[in-house]
Amino acid sequence: MKKNIWINLGFQAGAFLLALLITTLILIFAGAPPLKAYGSILSGAFGSQKNLIAVLISWSPLLLTTAGVLITFAAGLWNIGIEGQMTLGAIFATWGLRLFQDTNVSPALIIAIGLLFGMAGGALWAALAGALKTFGGVNEIFGGLGLNFVATALTIYLVFGPWKRPGVGSMSGTKPFDEKLWLSTLPGTALSPWGIGLSILAVIVVFILLRGTYFGLKLKAVGKNMRSAFMLGVPTWQYSMFAFLLCGAFAGLAGAIQVEAVYHRLLPNISNGYGFLGLLVAMLINYQAIWVIPIAFFFAALNVGSIQLQIVHKMDSSFAGVLQDLLVLLILLGQGARERLLKKA
Amino acid sequence: MRKLFPRLAALALALMLVLSACGQAPAATEAPAAAPAATEAAPSEPFVFGVILIGARNDKGYSQAHYEAGLYVEQKIPGAKMLYLENVFSGSPSYPGQTTSQLASQLVDQGAKLIVFNSDDMKDEALKFAKENPNIYVIGASDDWTWKDGKTYTPSPNQIDIMGRMEYGKMMAGCAAALTSKTGKIGYLGPLINDETRRLAASAYLGAKHCWTEMLGKDASELQFKVTWIGFWFNIPGVTADPTQVADDFYNSGYDVVISGIDTTENIVEAKKMHDAGKEVWALPYDFKDNCNVAPDVCLGVPYFNWGPAYLATMKTAIDGTWQEGFQWNGPDWADINNPDTSAVGFVKGDALSAENSAKIDEFIAKLAGGLDLWTGPINLQDGTNYIADGKAATDAEVWYLPQLLEGMEGQSVPSN
Repeated sequence: MKKNIWINLGFQAGAFLLALLITTLILIFAGAPPLKAYGSILSGAFGSQKNLIAVLISWSPLLLTTAGVLITFAAGLWNIGIEGQMTLGAIFATWGLRLFQDTNVSPALIIAIGLLFGMAGGALWAALAGALKTFGGVNEIFGGLGLNFVATALTIYLVFGPWKRPGVGSMSGTKPFDEKLWLSTLPGTALSPWGIGLSILAVIVVFILLRGTYFGLKLKAVGKNMRSAFMLGVPTWQYSMFAFLLCGAFAGLAGAIQVEAVYHRLLPNISNGYGFLGLLVAMLINYQAIWVIPIAFFFAALNVGSIQLQIVHKMDSSFAGVLQDLLVLLILLGQGARERLLKKA
Repeated sequence: MRKLFPRLAALALALMLVLSACGQAPAATEAPAAAPAATEAAPSEPFVFGVILIGARNDKGYSQAHYEAGLYVEQKIPGAKMLYLENVFSGSPSYPGQTTSQLASQLVDQGAKLIVFNSDDMKDEALKFAKENPNIYVIGASDDWTWKDGKTYTPSPNQIDIMGRMEYGKMMAGCAAALTSKTGKIGYLGPLINDETRRLAASAYLGAKHCWTEMLGKDASELQFKVTWIGFWFNIPGVTADPTQVADDFYNSGYDVVISGIDTTENIVEAKKMHDAGKEVWALPYDFKDNCNVAPDVCLGVPYFNWGPAYLATMKTAIDGTWQEGFQWNGPDWADINNPDTSAVGFVKGDALSAENSAKIDEFIAKLAGGLDLWTGPINLQDGTNYIADGKAATDAEVWYLPQLLEGMEGQSVPSN
């Protein structure tokens, strides 16, 4: 067992080094001195308080989406539809704010309503994917992908249609909400302690659920082998559905936070790849909830830090994406290689 | 087998993301070849300015025009250095979770003393950034915050808003289209809908109508002018309508000239394909002065922005401390509309414009220079209501805030109020 851990770590480290090597080569080809470029990423992420705060802002939704997909992964589900769930969260949060913005309800309550609406919207969208799977026999990957497109289409319809800015037809988004409906942020920044707090709470909930509860054990049983779980008396489809609902609620909350704390309005592509990135983080950490917090932070830091690559080295800012995806790809390949090698040995 | 599928799916997903990330880096990277040689000769501290571009710096359109204006400033102010960020728009996948004002702060971290926000899409963020960073100068291209006659006038002492009077460029484009069209059907490839895009499409129509009736002596009712909006300044797959498709639809339904109102070159690219397939079609691209080079044999001309002179003048005031908040709506230099040092708006004629029509365009430009104002009443809105009374010239505010398209134009207006 101990030996296995070391071999495992060896493969992970090897994959990481390989990813670093390849990105270094890309940097050299792109004409950026690699060491300086990595230095720029670091200073871009941590060089100032402002940058660090930008990292934290990016970290919060990633925590939520990763925490969400850990639940669905545990139930053996590929919740590709998480992008759409986050989008629906944003749409529902916007709806909630719009419903009450012109009433006498206190702003704090409206903000809370927005967050709850967001969670409900995400959960609803996930429930659709779950229902398609459970009752329609549609694989959740295809169902989810389809629902992602529908969510985007719905956003575009709302932004160009009923919720458009007066006199404007643009995908720039809806009219920003009044400042009193913004989720409170640390003075002078766009960082919402509420957003961060709720995101960390979500990770803790997932960690405890999967590690320390009978419920989590059953959920994993469903994920590992649905038939056996069913034979042992676990209500399997209800568990799958619950996993979808919880994941959807987290994703919806992430979407609601984007609306209430970051953009203050609804715009297309508001999920911005956080859902997919969450899937990658979950795979990278081999579905171990304990690693969500640091690895999601690392990814968020890469997102923000790599902006400097464009400013200082005139590289494209999507370099961060290349590095992140390479990392996941190679680590997955490494896991596959390890399993094959160990089987042979 | 059961385990294989998820694993394959995981690989496919990761691969997809790698590829999509790579795909976003079109012309990512040549090394900064032009070393800042001027720095040595420069005065004590070089002036660093940041430019936030909504599109790519080499988009052959709106953003490239801004980028080249930045290069122009670098050339004219010894030691000046431009920093830039590309593809900064609402929901840009390049900057997940980053607001435009946060990105501007990153430029400030690298020493920028002035930030250009180049698009209306950043309007709110530009004002917010200016408020939060009183020590940094802000240029809001195409914004109207600091316009005292504007509808949304908001004092912002460290901000200057700049726009070119592209209405003239669009009139010239419309004129060239009307003179050349054999079907009398002109298409306008529109971006999103707002005050700016309505007035520019309308200006193209006014130019077309004038040349159609006054120069060709035809009846205005025989001229068809249709606007199709894609929903944003450029194509965002899955979000906007596809401008390639829109241009094709125009050409395939008898519109033989398409005027572009978007940041990129789809109309002229498609016209070239149709032309090579034997169709008689033409195009007028937009924004960037060299755009006829994309396909000279279908290009009637290009109305373009020349932001350089205004940026230079404004940045000089930032350097010497004479900066004054305000709004500039800069017209062409009528002595030479293509003078790179003096004219904010220009029009370069294309190879596909016949000699006869070229002379007519010159005549039209001379008339405009001589004071011809096509924004003179009677001008009716699309719904038939009178907007500018007979004989009265529209004020700047009436032109800027055009609430609908005009009578005689087809297409969506999204009326304000």
